[in-house]
Amino acid sequence: MAVKNNMASTLFEKLWDLHVISPLGEGAALLYIDRIFLHERTGAIALKGLAEKQRPLRHPQSIFCTIDHIVDTLPGRTDDTLMEGGKAFIQSTRTSAHAAGVTLFDIGDERQGIVHVISPEQGIVLPGLTLICPDSHTCTQGAFGALAWGVGSTEAEHAMATSTLKLEKPKAMQISFRGQLAAGVTAKDMILHLIGKYTAAGASGYAVEFCGEAVSNLNMEGRMTLCNMAVEFGAFTGIIAPDEKTFDYLEGRPYAPKGGLWQKALKDWQGLNSDEKAVFDKKISLEAKDIQPMITWGTSPGQAMAIGAQVPQPSAMTDHYRRAAATKALAYMNINPGQNITDLAIDGAFIGSCTNSRLSDLRKAAGVLKGRKVAAGVKAICVPGSSSVKRQAEAEGLDQIFKDAGFEWRESGCSMCFYAGGESFGFQERVVTSTNRNFESRQGPEVRSHLASPETVAASAVMGRIAGMKELNHGTL
Amino acid sequence: MEPFKKLAAVSLPLLRINVDTDCIIPSREMKKVSKTGLGEGLFAGWRYTGTSGRRINPEFILNDAKYKDAQILLSGMNFGCGSSREHAVWALAEYGFRAILAPSFGGIFYNNCICNGLLPVVLPEGDIALLAEWIIANPAENQLVIDLEKQIVSGPEVIAFHFDIFPQDKEMLLRGFDMIDMTLKRQDEITAFEERDKKLRAWAIPHRE
Ligand code: SF4
Repeated sequence: MAVKNNMASTLFEKLWDLHVISPLGEGAALLYIDRIFLHERTGAIALKGLAEKQRPLRHPQSIFCTIDHIVDTLPGRTDDTLMEGGKAFIQSTRTSAHAAGVTLFDIGDERQGIVHVISPEQGIVLPGLTLICPDSHTCTQGAFGALAWGVGSTEAEHAMATSTLKLEKPKAMQISFRGQLAAGVTAKDMILHLIGKYTAAGASGYAVEFCGEAVSNLNMEGRMTLCNMAVEFGAFTGIIAPDEKTFDYLEGRPYAPKGGLWQKALKDWQGLNSDEKAVFDKKISLEAKDIQPMITWGTSPGQAMAIGAQVPQPSAMTDHYRRAAATKALAYMNINPGQNITDLAIDGAFIGSCTNSRLSDLRKAAGVLKGRKVAAGVKAICVPGSSSVKRQAEAEGLDQIFKDAGFEWRESGCSMCFYAGGESFGFQERVVTSTNRNFESRQGPEVRSHLASPETVAASAVMGRIAGMKELNHGTL
Repeated sequence: MEPFKKLAAVSLPLLRINVDTDCIIPSREMKKVSKTGLGEGLFAGWRYTGTSGRRINPEFILNDAKYKDAQILLSGMNFGCGSSREHAVWALAEYGFRAILAPSFGGIFYNNCICNGLLPVVLPEGDIALLAEWIIANPAENQLVIDLEKQIVSGPEVIAFHFDIFPQDKEMLLRGFDMIDMTLKRQDEITAFEERDKKLRAWAIPHRE
């Protein structure tokens, strides 16, 4: 590949340079876009916009679309959804996708699922590619050494019509997790720890590269969890240099290159990492062993704490804005400053979303739930991230473990990760959730969402209150 | 797109940090495959009380008569973080906002603003606080002037603040250009890139077996 090797570069710079069509001055450039993914929530409108202006798509074979956001996840689903007007989104997407010649992973297709889960499953994202989607968690796919980021619908239209996007070059940040994680600590805890420490705007204006022993040790699914929440850290995107695990994961996937092309790709991908002498605009280094199982207490992913700790006191915060935000968040969450977070009883437990609903997440949660029961009064739901994850989980008998414990077992989709006016948790209910956003009313009207790993969600569901594995196992892991 | 050159307007201080796009336009307010009909849902969770219906929340600043003609929004860091939904920008624009001043923005939101003629202005937290204080203290003179050509925000009694913006973005806003039209003028460069790239990265072309 045309990676400049006369100067030490970061992985981000290499990906950037590979895709520059024309520099536009002051660090901006017109970049080539290799893949575009759409979903019915924001993609339908982009396809419609292009059709109305009668603009052809430059490379329909590079554009993929799924139905994940609005579609019901209840068994026996059809185009009808509980969201008012939702059916129109689904049907408009289908009609537009067919008319435009775009590959659609429709309801009932065995490949259907949440966009950021199925793109890797199908081998659509690859190292060294640019991939955009009108969805902020597109950064998930940076785990494969691709430059993947979320855009708006207008930018998606632009990318479909021209196979390019104009971009101002973000700065490069390196985040290294040194050493090994303690037992029971997951990728979700790593990212919540990071955002909790450096705030939800800590990486504003940066593309972040995750590295270090604890990152290399993660499997691809854990790496996706880490990159998924880069956007919650304010980052343009997250990336991880591809390695043997990446290549093993992708080999043989439906859209991955085959034969000679695969060999050529492998050779090119070897160079996709930051040179030893590469200069980053900012570096953060964290000791993996210091990270504990985490939970959020507020309405921003940055308002996170270790499960064993006490809820912070806004009065102790010196910054006026952060104090005001914390006070408002605690009032919304109905939590007292300084209280034990583990004293909070919960109404709901949700395992799902592009953050944590892949097979390894479900295996870990099932490991916690095996032989146990969800506490009385807790509505517990598990939504596999893709139809393929669901099938594999069922083949392993995980569905039975979830159901025996008292979890609902659903069809794949975004489901109650976000509230679109259809199904949701109840008014002001408290929910422990494996998703990525604890924003106000994200999971239903005034719902109080606490973000955590699937293990913590499962443990909390059993205990009927916020609890990590330690609490569940009386002090041991 | 309507060009943005100079704006003199009332501003509304919503000094909260991390105002996410779910708050700007809740998902439940996006009922149609459409870019319009969103203004009424702007900040719905804060603007109205109760779980459904449209009971006005008198405590929320958008419902304060003083700010009814506001076209400039002042806010805290990380404004527009979260979901990529462009509906947040469409809702703000439809309501009547033409510029947002904040110490930092969610990246996708920022680009969405540029695509829709809504001017995002990055100013330090202290400068925004100063502007907000002054507006609150002098409601009768609540008028800020934003000159995009000169990249300056000013009010009658306060010093003027310079702001930075990428030349391409400025150009698009000033002229009200459509981004796709601008790029399509570069067809040849795109085709040349593709020709080169086909040889370098033959594996990058999607091909299903
Ligand atoms: S699972 Fe949630 S965060 Fe992920 S794409 Fe769907 S709605 Fe967005």
